[in-house]
Amino acid sequence: MKERLREVLERFKVNFSAYIIDINEFRGQTFVILGDGSPIRDIVGFLKTEGFNHLQTLTAVDYLQKSGVPRFEVVYQFYSIDQGISLRLRLQVSEDKPEVESIVDLFPSANFFEREVYDLFGIRFMGHPNLKRILLPQNWEGHPLRKDYPLMPEDKPRDFLELVELKERLGGYGIR
Amino acid sequence: MSEKSLTTKEYIYTTEDPFFSPLTIQMGPQHPSTHGVLKLNLVLEGEKIIDLEPEIGFLHRGLEKLAESMNYAQVLPLTDRLDYISAMNNNTGYALVVERLLGIEPPPRGKYLRTMVCELARIASHLLWLATHALDIGAMTVFLYCFREREKILDFFEMICGARLTVSYPRIGGVRVDVEEKVLEEIYNFIPYMYEKIEEYEGLLSQNRIWLDRTVGVGVISAEEAIAYGLTGPSLRGSGVAYDIRKHFPYDAYPELDFEVPVGKNGDTYDRYWCRLQEMRQSLRIIKQCIEKMPDGPVCAEVSPDLDMQVFKRAFRAEAWGEKTFIAFLNEGVELVPKGELYSAVEGAKGELGFYLVSDGSGRPYRLHIRAPSYVHISALPKLSRGHMVADLVAIIGTLDIVMGECDR
Repeated sequence: MKERLREVLERFKVNFSAYIIDINEFRGQTFVILGDGSPIRDIVGFLKTEGFNHLQTLTAVDYLQKSGVPRFEVVYQFYSIDQGISLRLRLQVSEDKPEVESIVDLFPSANFFEREVYDLFGIRFMGHPNLKRILLPQNWEGHPLRKDYPLMPEDKPRDFLELVELKERLGGYGIR
Repeated sequence: MSEKSLTTKEYIYTTEDPFFSPLTIQMGPQHPSTHGVLKLNLVLEGEKIIDLEPEIGFLHRGLEKLAESMNYAQVLPLTDRLDYISAMNNNTGYALVVERLLGIEPPPRGKYLRTMVCELARIASHLLWLATHALDIGAMTVFLYCFREREKILDFFEMICGARLTVSYPRIGGVRVDVEEKVLEEIYNFIPYMYEKIEEYEGLLSQNRIWLDRTVGVGVISAEEAIAYGLTGPSLRGSGVAYDIRKHFPYDAYPELDFEVPVGKNGDTYDRYWCRLQEMRQSLRIIKQCIEKMPDGPVCAEVSPDLDMQVFKRAFRAEAWGEKTFIAFLNEGVELVPKGELYSAVEGAKGELGFYLVSDGSGRPYRLHIRAPSYVHISALPKLSRGHMVADLVAIIGTLDIVMGECDR
């Protein structure tokens, strides 16, 4: 199992050496850190041909104020059901241009995951068929899982204020 | 006529066809068969579904954001509220990821107890699934029978830890309290009774003409497609893929126990039903082995953190960015817990329940992502139900076994 993973990583290094920042292991889980602007669609396509057929999860992390790295990291966790090996990709994404290539055409299960990351982090996935908010209402402002999202809002939500306004206006006509 | 039937078979939207008049209707979020607050925007041609878009998020409580401001032990009760039908599995999943991060090994009795309650919760969840699935399709009797047995399992939970649904019984490093011998004996006596009852459900449904008509060939998905769409758990195993976290990433006492992973053949609603019934039998087998092999000793590791665990005060600064907001900074100094990030999954009752945890060395999770099986399963709903009747959609939602508490988090 470990040998097979090493083989895949060797080929990975040959093909995409320019984008790899680090390959490391923590608690027996191997991860690859990829630099900003990596061709993630090609890399995931390569992994798919190597037999990684199950996308376990796709998410993002906001490393606000971590020194010397881009702000966001998009995390892909892959598993090969036949070979029993797993690999995690951590793609760095800069704050100025939070854009990543979508992998929905390779892994249809990424559809909702990518929408969730867009919703909660504001990272756009280019080429996604239906990129819009999923967990929050469509008119929500801001991206809550960003670390600089205010925990205590200064104003009431706009919906609430509109309702109060509507109530006052109707009250003028004697409608309660 | 033959030309027209050929084109409609591909279900292509076309405005050129003068007879094509799609009807858009909304199903839910208050529909009884959507199992929670799930809204589906359906595009119909007659009674045939040609397109479907799920709309979720009505139950979103921001668990992932909430977890960032709590310490590791305090997050555990939040996970009860994910899949509230089998809360034991969620607790175990979260406890496992923290144990793997901190390097804690639970004592053997703790492991066996956790495995036992997880399997009880799996049976309870499958019973609720069978009850509501059968009710959706029209078999009222099964609903009442299943709830009768589920009640017994919830009574066991009450005897074990005092709670019935939101149990918080497994904890980081083992389980919260020990179980009395009397309760174990009662659970042991429950096993043959439950085998009989599963026979009874099968007698009601497996050969039932109406049941077969409604389930065979409905919501078919091939093995490759099921993997690609991210189906896990019994929904994937119905398509013939023996992917089970208990076998692929063994945790707790599962490597020491003997059980099989039932797989279906055709990947339709009936096979998924069959898989779940077989899984209930396997769960009973696991519980039996757990009670027979139950070792003595402590139930919780001594080094496991409790609610008063040490927490490094992260730099909470209000005026740092010139705003009156609170900003949690990444801790790059003191290390109270190991730094790192890991993904760990358990076989929940619905499928693969994964936790992705990033630790920055403070006593709180820097980021906790939950991979909820229901969330991924709903994304496969359009694929499964395109081309079926609206009445079959109810069966397809039922067969995926979704819980909105877990989906919306």
